[in-house]
Amino acid sequence: MKFIAEIDVMPLKEILDPQGKAVTGSMKNLGLSEIHNVRIGKHITLEIDAETEAAAKEKVDLACQKLLANLIMEQYHFTLHQA
Amino acid sequence: MKFGVVVFPGSNCDQDAINLFGNVLGQKVVPLWHKDHDLQGCDFIVLPGGFSYGDYLRSGAIARFSPIMKEVIDFANKGGYLMGICNGFQVLGEAGLVPGALLHNDNRKFICKNVYLKTQTQNSLITAQVDLDKALKIPIAHGEGKYYADADTLKMVNDNDQVLFRYCDENGNITAESNPNGSLENIAGVCNKNRNVFGMMPHPERASDSILANQDGLALFESILQAVL
Repeated sequence: MKFIAEIDVMPLKEILDPQGKAVTGSMKNLGLSEIHNVRIGKHITLEIDAETEAAAKEKVDLACQKLLANLIMEQYHFTLHQA
Repeated sequence: MKFGVVVFPGSNCDQDAINLFGNVLGQKVVPLWHKDHDLQGCDFIVLPGGFSYGDYLRSGAIARFSPIMKEVIDFANKGGYLMGICNGFQVLGEAGLVPGALLHNDNRKFICKNVYLKTQTQNSLITAQVDLDKALKIPIAHGEGKYYADADTLKMVNDNDQVLFRYCDENGNITAESNPNGSLENIAGVCNKNRNVFGMMPHPERASDSILANQDGLALFESILQAVL
């Protein structure tokens, strides 16, 4: 079976996100001063061939932990669905 | 002593390192192509600066899985000497060979300028002969050089004397103003617990050849030669 994973990789809460901070600042310039605390991460999609959803989940976890996220500075979250 | 400089796609300081070891220091040096699996009997491996794999995903994240890295990691785990400069330091962090990680500079800018470094310990191969009182003038050139580690790791790094360099001003004072990128505790370079893997963001290989009119970086490499030869 083929599955699609939708992965979000975000900087850890305790880490300063300078990109998000710069964008937060520009919200004020847009007249959207109600918007605070913009944080910017990555959205990654990928396809997995696997027998079961559990097996696909295991593969995506491995990909996130080994390469897609650096757990020293980032956290990840994903959803899976059948293609 | 034989030096090996790994060449990743996007490395751009490999020739600076090769010139340093070969022409300035008169040592044997070979480039090591990232797709090879042969370290060619080198005694000291350098991961050079640059933008390996275009800094895609995270700086150093993809280079860490280049074919030759399997041998490089085995070499380091057996006690072999390994040094990562700038992008090389980022690769070491991604590979878990040194503690911590390198984040985007606090000011979001790519910073290319001379900074000053205070050597923190002589208990390492690359700092054994470096004057602890001298502020070394060494260039940096990076966008992601903010040293970060969680509180426990930072404590361990300090307790084990693993901090090699901190950013300082030209008089050697370690101050917030002299920290170019927001690195925690002004940390510019660290070693691993076994003291055979060294990572630093500044470029001592770009401050070692007399033609560059600044040889403050040479002390690091002379330390290596004096200890080994």
